[in-house]
Amino acid sequence: MKWGLITELAWALMVARGKQTIVAGVGVVFSITMFVALLGFMNGLNSMLDGLILNRTPHIRFYNEVKPNPNQPIQLFDRETHHVIRSIKPSASRLDIHNSGPIMESLSRDPRVLGVTPRITAQVFYNVGTIDITGVVNGVDVAKEADLFSFEDYVTTGNVQDLNNTLNSVILGKGAADRMLAEIGDLIQVTTAQGNRMQLKVVGYFQSGLGDVDNVQSYASINTVQKMLGEPASYVTDIQVKLHDLNLAPAMARELAEVYQVDADDIQTVNAQFETGTQVRSLISYAVGITLLVVSGFGIYNILNMMIYEKMDTIAILKAIGFSGRDVNLIFIIIALIIGVVGGALGLVFGFLAGLGIERIPFETEALPTIKTFPVDFNPKYYVIAGVFSIVTTYFAGYFPAKKASKIDPVDIIRGK
Amino acid sequence: MQRSSVLRTQNVSKYFYSPEKTQVLKEVCLDVKKGEFVSVMGKSGCGKSTLLYILSTMDTDYEGQLYIENELVTGLDAKILSRIRNEKIGFVFQFHYLLNEFSALENVKIPAMKLGRYSPEEIEHRVMEKLRIFGMESHALKKVHQLSGGQKQRVAIARALINDPLIIMGDEPTGNLDKSNSDIVFNIFKELATEFHQTMLIVTHDDEFAKGTDRIIEMEDGRII
Repeated sequence: MKWGLITELAWALMVARGKQTIVAGVGVVFSITMFVALLGFMNGLNSMLDGLILNRTPHIRFYNEVKPNPNQPIQLFDRETHHVIRSIKPSASRLDIHNSGPIMESLSRDPRVLGVTPRITAQVFYNVGTIDITGVVNGVDVAKEADLFSFEDYVTTGNVQDLNNTLNSVILGKGAADRMLAEIGDLIQVTTAQGNRMQLKVVGYFQSGLGDVDNVQSYASINTVQKMLGEPASYVTDIQVKLHDLNLAPAMARELAEVYQVDADDIQTVNAQFETGTQVRSLISYAVGITLLVVSGFGIYNILNMMIYEKMDTIAILKAIGFSGRDVNLIFIIIALIIGVVGGALGLVFGFLAGLGIERIPFETEALPTIKTFPVDFNPKYYVIAGVFSIVTTYFAGYFPAKKASKIDPVDIIRGK
Repeated sequence: MQRSSVLRTQNVSKYFYSPEKTQVLKEVCLDVKKGEFVSVMGKSGCGKSTLLYILSTMDTDYEGQLYIENELVTGLDAKILSRIRNEKIGFVFQFHYLLNEFSALENVKIPAMKLGRYSPEEIEHRVMEKLRIFGMESHALKKVHQLSGGQKQRVAIARALINDPLIIMGDEPTGNLDKSNSDIVFNIFKELATEFHQTMLIVTHDDEFAKGTDRIIEMEDGRII
């Protein structure tokens, strides 16, 4: 019907108060820009921090836990009564996974699984002169480890492939290397928990960004570690699995632990605190963003209110010549929505540009060797939320002034002169 | 032949409540026939403007009944009243009350666009025709603030006429004009009455103006005498 007329009137009123309208619009633009840039930046940092841990953590890890045998011999003798047994010690069960080869093969055939890689964790002492420094040497399948856990990203000096190419080689954690004063090409001596000694050649440094890890962990090829421990080629203490969908991990861990008769940890259980941290951080960024939008909503509310006081006459005339309260209401709602839509759209564009800008800012830190600039998350989700929110806030900012305008009694205004 | 009634009131009373309850209209009965040019006179404060705003359907807070074309209007929904104002009543105020944001042409156009009886092209044509009657066609595209007081009032009358209303109501339409302009405006009203048989009800305290009308309704203390 007369939408064209109503919009035309709304537009004319807006143009008449051009400066104020622009100020209101700039408020919306600013808050949407900040909302998008802030959320993108915060979540970029978030996923980077999470990635620090989660990228390198297997979704499911199979291993044999050192624990007492739940089936003690006396239970075979007398099943009827309760037993009180003291001083049970863990049984000398093997740390390696029985049948590791077939298990890995069957895992890699599972459609849910992205990749499987074996690992040996060996407790060692690094012998430096008369001092022994405790440490862990991880025996890894270099190619698969690089594939699944971005191993290469964390090797700051040297080449990962040297682990395969050089006999008895090791990539030392940066912290451990610093303590041992070990340069690339040096030989270091390690002693295993069983007492075997071996000389390893340093081919690179490893830096994860987590000091505790870098002070202790080193990497060698799986064969080297098997040799070091004096174990056969089938010896594997951990099987690490990466899934296509991380959320399946807990269920699959339970299921497969049953099937393979080994212990299984899933990523959610091991790293529960990360998820909480992520949630809290994004909650904070949403809270800040929404506050910005609400503040700009009040800006629009104020300007519309002022406009109504200034345009009392106009409203009264419109009513006198036959516009209903609803028409007047619509006019002011439309003004609010025009400010919201235009301001919101510009805000999204500027927010995107701000994101691109932030992404260019150099950000280099010792702890994060792979990060060169600030990370920004350009997830469309934030743009959709910001867009919807800009329209919703401006609508409500316009709603009350519009309602007030629709209630204006033309007789009061006209007779008041 | 009895001319049909355009506007009729039956025992309309109105009270003002602040500062204290006072009765401003006392059981006013009034009948305006089709084609009549009626003026309402009285001292200021006698309730003539109050009566006019009740008749215009803008003021709904009164007792008694108001009929437009013999149909009861009292108590109708605000939305329907807006429609009646748009379609059947043309209003001319003491001040021009044009919309400053628009040109003269657009000001006259708005009520017609709101009514939507004609296409936009036809409306434009009709607006120009009305403006031509009042010698305003050359000022059609000027903004309101570029017009003189008399010109503004002529545009306001054109706006009141654009939907061919049943009745034109005026609240001291010449009250704010100098002698020559108020003569022009009066002549317009007179012309409307004689040539177009437009029904009109004009509130004024200008004796000369009133003398030129068909019928003078005099009010005192909220009563018609």
